[in-house]
Amino acid sequence: MPPGLVLSWVVIAIAVSWAMAPHWFTDYSGTIGLSGQQRLPPSATHFFGTDELGRDMLARIIYGSVHSLSGAFVAVSLGLLAGTLLGLIAGSSRPWIDDLLMRFVDILLSIPPLLLALSIIIVLGFGTINAAIAVGVASVARFARLARAEVIRVRHSDYVEAASGSGGRYLSVLWRHVLPNSLSSVIALAALQFGTAILAIATLGFLGYGAPPPTPEWGLLIAEGRRYISTAWWITFFPGLAIVLVVLATNRISQSLRGRSA
Amino acid sequence: MNGTVAQAVQSLLSIDALTISYEQRGHRHSVVHEVSLSITAGQVVALVGESGSGKSTLAQSLIGLLPDNGRIDSGAIRFNGINIAAWNQRRFDTIRGSKISLVPQDPGVSLNPVRTIGAQVGEIFQLHGLRDRHERDERVLDLLARVGVSDPTLRFSQYPHELSGGLKQRVLIAIAIALRPQLLIADEPTTALDVTVQKRILDLIDDLRREYGTAVLLVTHDLGVAADRADRLVILKSGRVQEQGTTADILSNPRSGYTATLLADAPSLATTILHRPAPPTSDAQPAIIVEDLVREYRDGRSAACFRAVDGISFTVPKGTTHALVGESGSGKTTAVRTLVGFLKPTSGRILVDGLDVASLDGESFRQFRRTIQLVYQNPFASLDPRQTIAEILNEPLLNFEPIERRERKRRVRAILDRVGLPTTALERQPRSLSGGQRQRVAIARALIIEPKIVLLDEAVSALDVTVQAQILTLIEDLQRELGLTYVFVSHDLAVVRQIADTVSVLRQGRIIESGPTATVFSHPAQDYTRELLDAVPGPRHPHPLKLARKVPS
Repeated sequence: MPPGLVLSWVVIAIAVSWAMAPHWFTDYSGTIGLSGQQRLPPSATHFFGTDELGRDMLARIIYGSVHSLSGAFVAVSLGLLAGTLLGLIAGSSRPWIDDLLMRFVDILLSIPPLLLALSIIIVLGFGTINAAIAVGVASVARFARLARAEVIRVRHSDYVEAASGSGGRYLSVLWRHVLPNSLSSVIALAALQFGTAILAIATLGFLGYGAPPPTPEWGLLIAEGRRYISTAWWITFFPGLAIVLVVLATNRISQSLRGRSA
Repeated sequence: MNGTVAQAVQSLLSIDALTISYEQRGHRHSVVHEVSLSITAGQVVALVGESGSGKSTLAQSLIGLLPDNGRIDSGAIRFNGINIAAWNQRRFDTIRGSKISLVPQDPGVSLNPVRTIGAQVGEIFQLHGLRDRHERDERVLDLLARVGVSDPTLRFSQYPHELSGGLKQRVLIAIAIALRPQLLIADEPTTALDVTVQKRILDLIDDLRREYGTAVLLVTHDLGVAADRADRLVILKSGRVQEQGTTADILSNPRSGYTATLLADAPSLATTILHRPAPPTSDAQPAIIVEDLVREYRDGRSAACFRAVDGISFTVPKGTTHALVGESGSGKTTAVRTLVGFLKPTSGRILVDGLDVASLDGESFRQFRRTIQLVYQNPFASLDPRQTIAEILNEPLLNFEPIERRERKRRVRAILDRVGLPTTALERQPRSLSGGQRQRVAIARALIIEPKIVLLDEAVSALDVTVQAQILTLIEDLQRELGLTYVFVSHDLAVVRQIADTVSVLRQGRIIESGPTATVFSHPAQDYTRELLDAVPGPRHPHPLKLARKVPS
């Protein structure tokens, strides 16, 4: 494995273990501040410094990872499942069903994803999970497009025809041959979309549409720290760094998945 | 070879102990091992080998076109006495096109689709310093006429997609000979073309060689083509020269066992017939009756339609093999796909084993699959890359009424054994099998549900000759043992002659001639059939080794 890819997996592994067991990695609380320790710069006691309420930034980031990761996970799963299903139906049905579904997808694609996500949140209400669902719905169109193209490519291959030629029923051929062979590039997109989803959820958090304070969600951390950016840069810098590293890592992993499927 | 050094002085090109390797995932492995050969001016030397023998790699190295991961490890390539093996791209530019040129394998992808033919042929003159546009166009038109392009002024302003495969190959030859090079490398120049076109292209290369005195290195997998055209043969296997010498010597007296196998396996109109005629069955009803079958393709939005199959009729008695032959576009593939029901006929009637295919739908159609099976041309595309061989073979059984697990296992093993594959193959995936092994798996999958009729759509065309011969023997044996009826679609008349009882010759969707294979092939009634037969490379009569002794002029 190339070193960049190893590093990417290490970054993801750290982020995931933070999300699973945050208390193993820090003794500080993610939400309760220490009096008299406000806005301290990075030091041996507080590696990433503290914020305006005296909360340890490293602890905030560690406790926040679960929000970003689970949010992205929900968003990507939703997009992947709904999008692939839509694409599979469109790619394997009669032309008029295909046309109908794809025009719907075109409409989804024509709305800017952030605007679409904001509208969905306004309907569903605020919160981490709702933000994740909104981001997921906004990504359904991309998955559907790709899945349909793959399904159509695979459906016209000799081995699919041979499978129905040896007596396979329509649905079983779809399930046994078309779906598994269409999935590899869809999965690569999912990995790519994972990074995009983290970014989108952080954006919604930053705009105040995601988790309410004092949840240490990464986007919200940046939003809260931005008031002190000229005097206490570390409050915005480290959450930003965490987002950048995780997104870069997922992109690199996605690239390797795509390379393998090609 | 002791004579190499002495020869190098007079020969145009001499290759001396050339070793070439590729780097893959950090490993270096040699694909050409210490190959030595030489070509003198005006000579045709054929480099013959199966896929993977390193023949294309060798050809690429001669003009500095090895892929980035390829490297010449040792040895020398002397062109006019100068060693060009270590040359960089800039130095190669001085001889590429002017001294050595290449006719590529696939004319379909070798021309730039967005430039006109005139511009692409003119480019070679431009690159080599002919600035005057008017004179350049003049030269291009002359050249196009010389390589037999019909209506050169029209073609001059056309784009590649408006030309047929044969015409494109002529244009590529025009580019290759534009500057009268001393050496022409033709890398499988006719593999992608129909047989009749193939013959014309090879004739053209022959003519040009005689006229200009150009030496030709003909890279081919087809021993028949090589034997017809070359003065000397170099037989390559796994990157090593098995044997080389004059064509007549090698054909009459092959010293290497591999050459002997190649000779025996190469289908030609002279090889002995494998097929024993089927015994007449008491069963009067034929396996397949096709009556006046028409299949049209409608062109998307316009009302225009194209008749791919235009009123064909034939019957296939039980236990016999019927061949459909014709060039690409003759409608033979459309005909078999209609026969298995993947396409609906526009009109006409098809009876398969007494069943009218048009009357079937849904479940009865699914049951109909047990009667008739199709084996595809390309075994790399017809097997699901994600399944294991065991899964591939079990699947057809699972599609019909449940069979007990142990019985299923027994049947899978039996069929695997029957097509000559080891049981260890069961756990493997198609990608770890060779082309021949994959085609065996495809045949096993077709046979496992015990059909009565098997359609073979160019089922051996994608395979190397030795493998092709093995698969043909297998197909023959299976017919004898299981009493199968075959419809064998092929463009290769030499193969058809070996295995078919009856044959229909298709042209532009119509059957122009049909009858018992022996009669049609020995007394063709139509010019087109004669042309197809003439185009088959290799010796034309039995006892090939004796007759092939005639030295090519």
